[in-house]
Amino acid sequence: MGEISFTLNGQSVRVDGVDPHLSLLAWLRQQGLTGSKEGCAEGECGACAVLLLQPDGVGARFEAVNSCLLPLPCLAGREVWTVEGLGRPEALHPVQEAMLQGGSQCGYCTPGFVVSLAAEYYRKGREGFDLEALSGNLCRCTGYRPIRDAALSLGAPPPQDPLAQRLEAPVAPPGPLAYESPQGCFYRPTSLAELLARLAQHPQARLLAGGTDWGVEVNQRFARAGVLLDLSQVPELQGLVWREDYLEVGAALPLSELERRLAGRVPLLAAWFPLFASRLIRNRATLGGNLATASPIGDGPPVLLALGAQVVLVSLAGERVVPLEQFFQGYRQTVLAPGEVIKAVRIPLPLAPLARFYKVAKRPLDDISTVAAAFALHLEEGRVAAIRIGLGGVAPTPVRAYKTEAFLQGKPWEPRTVRAAAELVRGEFKPIDDHRGSAAYRSAMLASLLHKFYTETQEVAV
Amino acid sequence: MKVVGRAIPHESAREHVTGRALYTDDLWPRYPQALHAWPVQAPHAHARILRLETAPAYGVPGVVRVLTRADVPGKNDSGLKGDEPLFPSEVMYHGQAVCWVLGESEEAARLGAEQVVVEYEPLPAILSLAEAIAQGSFQGARLQARRGEVAQALRESPRVLEGELELGGQEHFYLETQASLALLDETDNLLVHASTQHPSETQEIVAQVLGWPRHRVVVQCLRMGGGFGGKEVQANPYAAVAALGAYLTRRPVRVRLNRLQDITLTGKRHPFFARWKVGYSEEGLVQALWMELYADGGWSLDLSEAVLARAVCHVDNAYYIPNLEVVGRVCKTHKTSQTAFRGFGGPQGMVFIEEVMSRVAASLGLPPEEVRARNLYGVRPSAPGRPPLDCRITHYGQEVKDAERLPLIWQELLQMADFAARRAEIARFNAQNPHRKRGMAITPVKFGISFNLTAFNQAGAWVLVYQDGSVQVNHGGTEMGQGLHTKVMQIAAQALGVPLGAIRIMPTRTDKVPNTSATAASTGADLNGAAVRAACEKIKARLAEVAAQRFGVHPADVVFEEGQVYSLWRPEERLGFAEVVRAAYAQRVPLFADGFYRTPGLHWDKGRMWGKPFHYYAFGAAVSEVEVDGFTGQYRLLRVDILHDVGDSLSPLVDLGQVEGGFIQGLGWLTLEDLRWDAKGQVATRSASTYKLPSFAELPPVFHVRLLPRASEPGVVYGSKAVGEPPLMLAISVREALRDAIAAFGPGGVVELASPATPEAVYWAIERVRQQAPVSGD
Repeated sequence: MGEISFTLNGQSVRVDGVDPHLSLLAWLRQQGLTGSKEGCAEGECGACAVLLLQPDGVGARFEAVNSCLLPLPCLAGREVWTVEGLGRPEALHPVQEAMLQGGSQCGYCTPGFVVSLAAEYYRKGREGFDLEALSGNLCRCTGYRPIRDAALSLGAPPPQDPLAQRLEAPVAPPGPLAYESPQGCFYRPTSLAELLARLAQHPQARLLAGGTDWGVEVNQRFARAGVLLDLSQVPELQGLVWREDYLEVGAALPLSELERRLAGRVPLLAAWFPLFASRLIRNRATLGGNLATASPIGDGPPVLLALGAQVVLVSLAGERVVPLEQFFQGYRQTVLAPGEVIKAVRIPLPLAPLARFYKVAKRPLDDISTVAAAFALHLEEGRVAAIRIGLGGVAPTPVRAYKTEAFLQGKPWEPRTVRAAAELVRGEFKPIDDHRGSAAYRSAMLASLLHKFYTETQEVAV
Repeated sequence: MKVVGRAIPHESAREHVTGRALYTDDLWPRYPQALHAWPVQAPHAHARILRLETAPAYGVPGVVRVLTRADVPGKNDSGLKGDEPLFPSEVMYHGQAVCWVLGESEEAARLGAEQVVVEYEPLPAILSLAEAIAQGSFQGARLQARRGEVAQALRESPRVLEGELELGGQEHFYLETQASLALLDETDNLLVHASTQHPSETQEIVAQVLGWPRHRVVVQCLRMGGGFGGKEVQANPYAAVAALGAYLTRRPVRVRLNRLQDITLTGKRHPFFARWKVGYSEEGLVQALWMELYADGGWSLDLSEAVLARAVCHVDNAYYIPNLEVVGRVCKTHKTSQTAFRGFGGPQGMVFIEEVMSRVAASLGLPPEEVRARNLYGVRPSAPGRPPLDCRITHYGQEVKDAERLPLIWQELLQMADFAARRAEIARFNAQNPHRKRGMAITPVKFGISFNLTAFNQAGAWVLVYQDGSVQVNHGGTEMGQGLHTKVMQIAAQALGVPLGAIRIMPTRTDKVPNTSATAASTGADLNGAAVRAACEKIKARLAEVAAQRFGVHPADVVFEEGQVYSLWRPEERLGFAEVVRAAYAQRVPLFADGFYRTPGLHWDKGRMWGKPFHYYAFGAAVSEVEVDGFTGQYRLLRVDILHDVGDSLSPLVDLGQVEGGFIQGLGWLTLEDLRWDAKGQVATRSASTYKLPSFAELPPVFHVRLLPRASEPGVVYGSKAVGEPPLMLAISVREALRDAIAAFGPGGVVELASPATPEAVYWAIERVRQQAPVSGD
């Protein structure tokens, strides 16, 4: 029982009797709102992008998200705008107007681009146009130049713009939800206590923070869950706290929000954000989710391993703190016990003075790593006082290069040491061949990235 | 002011940006009774089907019908060559659809498909070009083109080189996957909405499968969300399944492939393998070339012979090679049936000759741009006292008309790109940076325009003028984003002398213009535009007579312009277009006309590969500059300069978009689009997360595109030239620029670079170059 009510293009909508696995995109299209398109059904192409209204202090902001990955119940209590809500052919929105000069050819990806453009257009305090906003949209026709020009031509929204005015008004955070149907139940707790109680009741429940991985499972591998638990409105999982000796990041804090709030204060993360999926994904994805899926090629773990992170796990039995190295138990396996969730990620302070993240992939934007490596180095008088090397794509789990780290410990940071360490790290893992890259290339990258890191530390020094 | 040649937005741009533009799969929500289809895909690359049991599927709630071979009233074949069974008894590739389940919802159809029981007997499969060549697994004719005495010329050449190269395929990844919606109309005949580049052939296949005369089937294509050749023939099986389902259930049936199904079911750009031997002078003039081409056609012949023919006709690219022999075969493998893809074999042929040119240059220690320039078609100076050499005839006997444009474009582009100064700047950069190297290259394009098969070079149109002066234009071409309808709208407005707003381009339908050709081979505007112009001229001539009576002048002195009609004698005395139209109606003058066009002057001896297959050539050249990271092989495209010949542009904004978009798509094929099959014959890169298209990051920060001025092409509609495919091959300059950068990591010389040039391929190329370097400190 239960219903899902939300606001669509300014109108109230109530939906019941749907499968909680139904995506917002599929539902929109069934309603005849066919402007949003399905290009890939896995959050890679952005043709399905829609705008979600997100509370933002006193007012609100628009966040562009992939509607193909959003289970419809996630919409409950929220406000969403689709391309149809922005303008009409006879009364175009400024971003639509800007796209007329060659910005569309076949037009299929265009609504998604319009939505991503609109999200950035309305970003408060925007100066210029951050093209990163378009990193989650693919176009097969134009070659992007006219879309870039359209983006860069956009001015500020006029004060009387109705959507700009909408962003000045407050948005209530979505409340709790208990949606039950024959195809599955969807619960949205609004406190940690409620979450843990639900989880104790349904230990097999599937946990969703941003749902960007789950949506892919549903669409591509037809995964279904009897119970879905939405973590997005649990305040205890949303924190960002600076302590003297660590920084604690709520496990369900969306990465875009984290990026905004850190404002560059963790340089390694600042360099890492733009390489992590796309803006559309980061608006939903979380650190907790990236760790819990335990993919060997996720880009979160290498960075967090290099940062020496710990995870805070919580269940009805209480909290425990686990070093990230011990969190991964095997391919897609973690130490999470039934009834337990990741509450937060702790990053020890002070940060290592020299740190880099390298992602080797076919495409610099929105690709999955062939090899990812993060290095965090502390030098004292030219010697390695501490080094952590986090790696992805070279083993069944994300790993640290312990042997190589131990070898480097206390040694002078100079070419001879680095050459020896590079040979060591090359042999420390046995990566596999797949369509992303050969085992030989992955092994070569282990050595090569250490050299690259060394070279860049020298450039810093000079 | 002329309407043709004006830079206007795409005719559907306002609908695109608002989400109002409808595509085939946007229609089904209008039909609440519509059924949804899901395929049962075979888990073997090659297998005999021993048993197919559909009964369990009917146990799934919502399953309405399972379509199998037994349901086909006509011919069980979705192609025209008899080798593409719609419901196979022998599985020919991994993922082939063996039957289709129709359900009340997509979910019901999917769950039903899971319940269908199929028993297979796996058979040995051929999964690579190498295996196919070794086992002699070929299909279609062996093609051969030959001019001169190649063996003798090779013997007499001062220098000879041999080599081979394999090129990967390319997934079309049109953003809109294959889609059809079929329904029985009010007269119990079929209306099939299909995302197809060739509605007439879709009609033919649907009729063939149902065993109906074609007049019972109407196919309509509103527009496509991209085609690129992938919907030239491969839309047909899905339209046929929808049609069969609608016929059997009497309900609308929707077939729409999801991305995974689309990639695993449909064909791609052909992977190619070539071996070659080249003879040349110390100055780098190529005197003889022998080349052997193998195309991976996949499981059925499809368009592979024609693709191979175009490859054979483009191994010269822009170069005059006096003695040239090319032979080619289509390999039969247990993979998707490879098909048309923008360029249609041309790109593969051209990458091979550019590979040869770069090897020739490296062997002589000459700059590649110098060797390329020396070999261009055109008139060359010869020995003192002898007449200049006429180097304008291709190896298949066609004269390269306007060949002098090639050196002209070359020189202008070198200037425009500031090539010489940047060469020096790159050398400085490379001397200062041990771990990052830059490289630059210029490559030409010469691409023949027309279907190789002469009969396809025809088009029809049907233009209707209403009494208020508004106009409906029907033509046989389809809109897939290339801007055909925009150009046709400009042509019609120009020819009738009416404003653009008076013209409505109708959705492409087989009941308006019959027996149309595919919108392909870049010929959409040349053929359909000319047919529409012919129809408009007919109507205008009739209207001119009516107006001439009113003005008291000869009809030839009547001018139609922007909705106004006047005589040369008294331009101030004007009639509105609608006024003239109404007067014509009153005089019982017909206000509608057909138009027809056949490309003149074509002839082609297919067996000998000799004649004039192309109406003309499109020309262009590109300069690309890249920067390569020596640690990882990752790279960035820094700057691109293009000068391209589109004749007198019909629609400059559209043409610019075709050049830019084609270039980036070609760059994708040659760099990051790494199409892989696994050991079982399954496409390994079958999703957007594993198959990477160019994204914003591949757009070079500096991207200059200019259209060649004063380039009118007589004999083509309003002096224009085709633009759809040729720019794709401008991207070969990126591959060659990478090679140039890679060379800078070592002592120079030959750079072996795989294709696509992924970061991994570039990394290994750098490693090989580094190993050539003399060991320092000795």
